Amino acid sequence: MNISEMKSKHKLLKDYSYELGEIEKGYTNRTLYVNLSNNEIKEKPVTQLMKDKFVGGKGFGLKLLWDATKPDTKWDDLENEIIISPGPIGGITQYAGAGKSLVVSLSPLTDIVIDSNVGGYFGPFLKYAGFDALEIQGKAEKDVIVIIDGKEGVIRIEEAPEEAVDSHILAEQLTDMYAESDNKKNLISVVSAGVAAENSNIGVLNFSFYDKKRKKVRLKQAGRGGIGTVLRNKKIKAIVAIAESIKPDANHVVDIEAIKECGARFNKEMRELDDDQCRMRKEGTAHLVEIMDDYDLLPTENFRFGSHKDIMNIHSSVWRSKFTQGVFDGCWIGCTMACAKAVDGFELKTGPYKGDKVIVDGPEYETVGGVGSNCGIFDADYIIEANFYCDTYGIDTISFGTLTAFLMECYEAGIINKEITGGLELTFGNADAAIELMHQMARGEGFGVIAGLGIRKMKAYFAKEIGADINFLNDIGMENKGLEYSQYVSKESLAQQGGYAMTNKGPQHDEAWLIFMDMVNKQIPTFEDKAEALHYFPMFRTWFGLMGLCKLPWNDVEPANNAETDEPGKVPEHVQNYVTIFNAVTGLNIDKAEMIRQSERVYNFQRTFNIRRGYGLRKHDAQPYRAAGPVTVEEYESRIERYDKQLLENIKVNPEGKSTVEKVAILREYKEDMYEQLLDAVYKRRGWTKNGVPKITHLKDIGMDLPEVLEIVESLQ
Amino acid sequence: MKTITVNDIIIDWEENMNINVILQRMNYTFRMLIIKVDGKLVKKNEYESTIVSPGADVKVIHLMSGG
Ligand code: SF4
Repeated sequence: MNISEMKSKHKLLKDYSYELGEIEKGYTNRTLYVNLSNNEIKEKPVTQLMKDKFVGGKGFGLKLLWDATKPDTKWDDLENEIIISPGPIGGITQYAGAGKSLVVSLSPLTDIVIDSNVGGYFGPFLKYAGFDALEIQGKAEKDVIVIIDGKEGVIRIEEAPEEAVDSHILAEQLTDMYAESDNKKNLISVVSAGVAAENSNIGVLNFSFYDKKRKKVRLKQAGRGGIGTVLRNKKIKAIVAIAESIKPDANHVVDIEAIKECGARFNKEMRELDDDQCRMRKEGTAHLVEIMDDYDLLPTENFRFGSHKDIMNIHSSVWRSKFTQGVFDGCWIGCTMACAKAVDGFELKTGPYKGDKVIVDGPEYETVGGVGSNCGIFDADYIIEANFYCDTYGIDTISFGTLTAFLMECYEAGIINKEITGGLELTFGNADAAIELMHQMARGEGFGVIAGLGIRKMKAYFAKEIGADINFLNDIGMENKGLEYSQYVSKESLAQQGGYAMTNKGPQHDEAWLIFMDMVNKQIPTFEDKAEALHYFPMFRTWFGLMGLCKLPWNDVEPANNAETDEPGKVPEHVQNYVTIFNAVTGLNIDKAEMIRQSERVYNFQRTFNIRRGYGLRKHDAQPYRAAGPVTVEEYESRIERYDKQLLENIKVNPEGKSTVEKVAILREYKEDMYEQLLDAVYKRRGWTKNGVPKITHLKDIGMDLPEVLEIVESLQ
Repeated sequence: MKTITVNDIIIDWEENMNINVILQRMNYTFRMLIIKVDGKLVKKNEYESTIVSPGADVKVIHLMSGG
């Protein structure tokens, strides 16, 4: 069916005209509300309180979701929302990485709020269309698309029965459908998921942008926590944003010259230093693969080990040769870091698109670690294929990788077998079985449906249905709060264990990545040092999510004189750039300290949101033991010298004459105690009680003593 | 046996031990490093020419990236 026939099958359910208006100092000062149950569309004002306390981006998302839901709202209830917000800096083009959207929803994996940061052009286009956030509530009866036409000033909800569900086709169909002409395809951005998002809890949202050079639609993912599953549960096929144009000063900032000056300095660093530093323009985040292997941090075989002999098969040089070089790979305009690498003309070997030659966005480091090394698969072509299908089917490469690795360990330990998996031989390294598992997930059949539950629900299922030992499953199932771990081995970094399991949303490294600082540099030896890092970095990094910024330009290139500064780990010049840019956009006058305060308010609000929902306490920050130390004899013995030394030096226990089982138990007791002490120190630094509840005095100090927040924490002081 | 300390780890010292030798010995392959020998910053173009003495305290600060 061609595009116009497809469009003719659309049934208009509702249209709503509005005044386009202007962005002023980074804000449009209104949000857009769409309810798919009754097709209500309305504009809501952004209050001064929202700006003062929540700033934008993830802050707006949390505030709107709090107001829209009850403490017991479930992810698939009508009240749950998907909120997309770009933040006040979002949409500027003069500094790298300023096109991110923050997506917030109640997660099917965790039953708490999930937030995910994503590139592509949608967030800026939403703002250009006149909205600081989009809030979608309710559920449609049949598949719909929501169109935000920032050219005409119209919002439409249309039934769309004929379009594909899988993102690589759908995003292209809708880009073709809504672009005025071929050379205006870059003014369309589509948010979509895919068929596996319907049949699993690990659905992603794909945010598109049109790559003019390649003449292809590209996809970036809001990956974590199953928001794609929520999208499909609401029967949304896609959300389309249409922009009139991309104007360099659409945000009507206060001081464009100040932003340009920061941008010019940053771009010079990229030109002159990137090749010697992270090689982001050539390898993207995949430059980390062999580095993580060298430091024993690359998860292999369900985080049992941190390196592998076949690393050369997935080395960054392999990715460099597969990625098309010499094209500009920025996921938003003006991003000279340009790390959104892609493999062009890849011929698929399996599944419904077998034989097709496609463009594959990535793989990024997390995907290589997740679907590759962590599953014991060191095959670059498999990783690309799995990357493609995860994207188009709308599932998260990180969760898929970590849960497949868990299943493989269960299989090898005899907990599951072919009878249970329906014939899939899920041993480490079996790429054919892994990709078939994914296709089953997409088809909603067989063992793929069980896998798609995510690790937390699978553990309960295996314990109940096949009598598996829940303690062992809890030790090896790499999830916390219901979210699968991202791809770093944290065993030798206590701080990173906190950086993972003390997060608000679950173990994603975007709050804090402290492994080098802790394990290699030994810069944060005491609990207080670690607690300081686990305060500063999560707060600092939260700020990107309030603004619509990408974190990578902060520290994936560093100024030539960074080493000579007081705190090179914080990259002071870049931090100052961000302060300058915020002030230049909004006309406000914050400093570095207020930046952290802005984040602290939102961070504590999110913690309180979790508490309001029955989570967010100390017990919910517990980690699986695999994140802290060796669960099995084999694991201990693989690093016996290291662990014996730890027994001797840290615990003052002589390992000689002890069995490995005994040594595993002694080390475990020690490591678990260390983690409890870390919790105490971090909670103290964050201004929380021993149970992890924000103290009222602290909330007052940071100016987040809103009545609705105090009401939740009061009885828990 | 003469030694030096690298990030609090004691390793054997050797004749003509420069920064590149130390990085190799420690398998420090990450590229975003700040190196100080007895508190004094060593720039990248000085790695080869900087010979450390026995007892030196070498800090190889790995910055963050990725994520
Ligand atoms: S650094 Fe990479 S991910 Fe971040 S905005 Fe630029 S291209 Fe996108």
